[in-house]
Amino acid sequence: MGKKTLYDKLWDSHVVHVGADGTTLIYIDRHLVHEVTSPQAFEGLRLAGREPWRAASMLAVADHNVPTTDRAQGIADPVSRLQVETLSSNCDEFRIVEFGMTDLRQGIVHVIGPEQGATLPGMTVVCGDSHTSTHGAFAALAFGIGTSEVEHVMATQCLLMKKARSMQIIVEGYLGRGVTAKDLVLAIIGKIGTAGGTGCAIEFSGSAILGLSMEGRMTICNMAIEAGARAGMIAVDATTITYLENRPFAPQGELWNRAVTYWRTLCSDEGAKFDSVIRFDATTIKPQVTWGTSPEMVVAVDDRVPDPSKEVDPVKRKSMNLALEYMGLEANTPITKIQIDKVFIGSCTNARIEDLRAAAEVVRGKFVAPNIKMAMAVPGSGLVKRQAEYEGLDKVFIEAGFEWREPGCSMCLAMNADRLEPSERCASTSNRNFEGRQGLGGRTHLVSPEMAAAAAISGHFVDVRNF
Amino acid sequence: MDKFIRMDGLVVPLDRSNVDTDAIIPKQFLKSIKRTGFGPNLFDEWRYLDHGEPGMDNSIRPLNSDFVLNQPRYRGANILLARENFGCGSSREHAPWALSGYGFRTIIAPSFADIFCNNCFRNGLLPITLDASSIDDLFVAVMATPGYRLKIELEQQVVVTPSGMTYHFEVDAFRKNCLLNGLDDIGLTLKYVSEIKEYEERRKLKEPWLFV
Ligand code: SF4
Repeated sequence: MGKKTLYDKLWDSHVVHVGADGTTLIYIDRHLVHEVTSPQAFEGLRLAGREPWRAASMLAVADHNVPTTDRAQGIADPVSRLQVETLSSNCDEFRIVEFGMTDLRQGIVHVIGPEQGATLPGMTVVCGDSHTSTHGAFAALAFGIGTSEVEHVMATQCLLMKKARSMQIIVEGYLGRGVTAKDLVLAIIGKIGTAGGTGCAIEFSGSAILGLSMEGRMTICNMAIEAGARAGMIAVDATTITYLENRPFAPQGELWNRAVTYWRTLCSDEGAKFDSVIRFDATTIKPQVTWGTSPEMVVAVDDRVPDPSKEVDPVKRKSMNLALEYMGLEANTPITKIQIDKVFIGSCTNARIEDLRAAAEVVRGKFVAPNIKMAMAVPGSGLVKRQAEYEGLDKVFIEAGFEWREPGCSMCLAMNADRLEPSERCASTSNRNFEGRQGLGGRTHLVSPEMAAAAAISGHFVDVRNF
Repeated sequence: MDKFIRMDGLVVPLDRSNVDTDAIIPKQFLKSIKRTGFGPNLFDEWRYLDHGEPGMDNSIRPLNSDFVLNQPRYRGANILLARENFGCGSSREHAPWALSGYGFRTIIAPSFADIFCNNCFRNGLLPITLDASSIDDLFVAVMATPGYRLKIELEQQVVVTPSGMTYHFEVDAFRKNCLLNGLDDIGLTLKYVSEIKEYEERRKLKEPWLFV
C-alpha cells in the first residue's frame, strides 16, 4: 500500500463509483442546510417527486437572515421572514431536524455543526455555503456546494466530483502573544493570494497548527476558501477527540471507543506526497489588518497601506487603486492611523467562546472610544451565548459600551438589519472584506477578535501586543 | 438543463480581477426563494446609482453610465470577458442564475473560483479558461472594435474571433458531455442506486456510528 495523505484517505473511503473519465461519485455523510441556499433545492426535489435519500444526515438552521435583537418580535422584513419560514416548512415536510430561531441550539451553521458533534472526523460534510471548509478542522472532507448540488445531495446522498490537487501548508513554531489563528491564516492568504489554493485541498500541519485549540483550527480552515481552496483540513489528535467527547451527536459508549480507534488513523502517512508544499514560520507572524477589498490585501499592523505605484503588474496595480479608492485610503498611511466607525465581533470565523473570551479580556474595565458609532459582539450560537453569559462576558462587553446580541451571521454579510452605512469603516472579525459585503459602500478591515476589541477601545487600529 | 452546443455572441469586457459573487449578485437579492428573476440585479451595485432592494422596479432606477454593461455598444452582450479568479467568494448559485438571467451564456477568463465554475456548468453556462496573454489580446480587440463578436464551438473546444483566429480551450469531458446533451446530474447519478446502497451497507459495518 502506498503512503496516503489525509485527503487521500478521506477521498478513498467515500468512493461509490468511478466513471471512465475519473469523475467520481462521492458519498456524503453530513448535509448541513441553511435558509438562503436551500429553498430552490427543496422545490426541485418536490417538482421531481423525490424524497431526501437520508433525511437523518441533514441538520438545518436559519442563520443568515435572523435578527440579532428582539427575537420574540419575529422577523420584520417580510422577504427574510418568508425565507426562514420556508426552511421550517420544508424541514417539517421532509422530516429534517431543524434548530428553529428560538431554539437554544440555533446559531451559525458552521458553529453549531461542530458544537453538536454533528461534524465528526472521517466524514464528508457539505453545505450550500462556501465556509463549510470550517469543518475540515476535524479531519473531515468538508466543502461548500451550490444549490443544484444541494438538491443533488438531498436526492442521491452523493456528489459527482473530480479529485482535487493536494497542498500541504506546514506552520512550525509558536505564535507570539497577541497573535492568533486569524492572523496566521490572513498572513498565509496574503502570501499565497486568494487564488493560491484554487483547485486544491489544503492540509494544514506543523507544530503551530497542532498547538491551536479546535476553535483556532476552525478559524484557519474557515478561511481556506478565501485562499481559493476547495477544502481545508487538519489531522486528528488528542485535541480533536477531547473536543468531541460527549457532544450530543457524537457516538457514545462502545461506539465512541470504536470511533476513536478509527479516527486516530486520520492523518497523512509519514512520507506521503503532496502536489505542493508551502512552509511558514509562526514566530515571524504579527497581528494582521486587511487594507483592501480582497482578503489577500493584508499587512501587519505595524506596516503601512501599500503604494500601488510600486506594483509592477498592471492588473494588480489597477485592483490596488480600485481598492484604495473604495476604502477611502491613501497609500503609505500607517495602519495604526486608520480611524474606524464600527466594530463587529462575530461570524463563523471568530464567534466561538474562545474568541469572545479573548476579546472580552481586551475590553475589560475599559470603554469604547467616542468616535465609535457602534461596537457589537454577536455570539456564534445560543450555546456560546449562554456559556459567555455564565462566565460574565456579556457584562464585560456591555460595560465597555458594546452591544450584546442574539446569535447569527449578522453584520458578516448584512442580510439582516445589522449593516454598515456608506463609507463607514469597520474593524471586523469576519472573513470577507469585499465591496458592499457589510452594507453598500461599507469599508471592512478584517482582524482578529483581540485586534477588533483593541480598535474599539482606541478608535483606530492599534497593535494589540502593546495594548 | 438546456443544451449548449455552439454560440455566436457580442462580447462585453469586465476589466477587473477577483470579481466576487457578492458583486455579481448582492446579498439582499438572495432572500428570494425562486431560481429566476435575478438578471435585472446582476452587478447591482455597479450597474445602478441607487441602492437596490428586492421588489423595486428596476426599469426606472438610475443607471451608472460608466459601468461597462450600461454602455450602448455592449447592449445585448451574451459573452462576458473577465479577469482572473472570477466568481470567488460565496457559493451562491444565484450568481450564475443572475448571469444567465441577464443573457450571458459564456464567460471567458484566465481563472475561475471552483464552486462558481461548478455552479455555471449546472446551469448551462460555459466558463472558458484561456491563458492570460490570450485574455489580454481579447481585451484589446474588444475595446478597439465596436460590435466585437466571438463564436464558441463546444464540440471542438474553440473560441473563434471575427478574423478567423481560434483559441483552443480545455473543458472537463464529463461536463462537456452534460452540456452538449443537456443532461441532468441527478438523473445520471440515480443510475447508480444499487451501488450507493451497497456502499452504505459497507460503511455501516465499518463506521456504524454514522448511521445511528
Ligand atoms: S457568518 Fe458570514 S461567512 Fe459565516 S456562514 Fe454566516 S454569512 Fe457566511
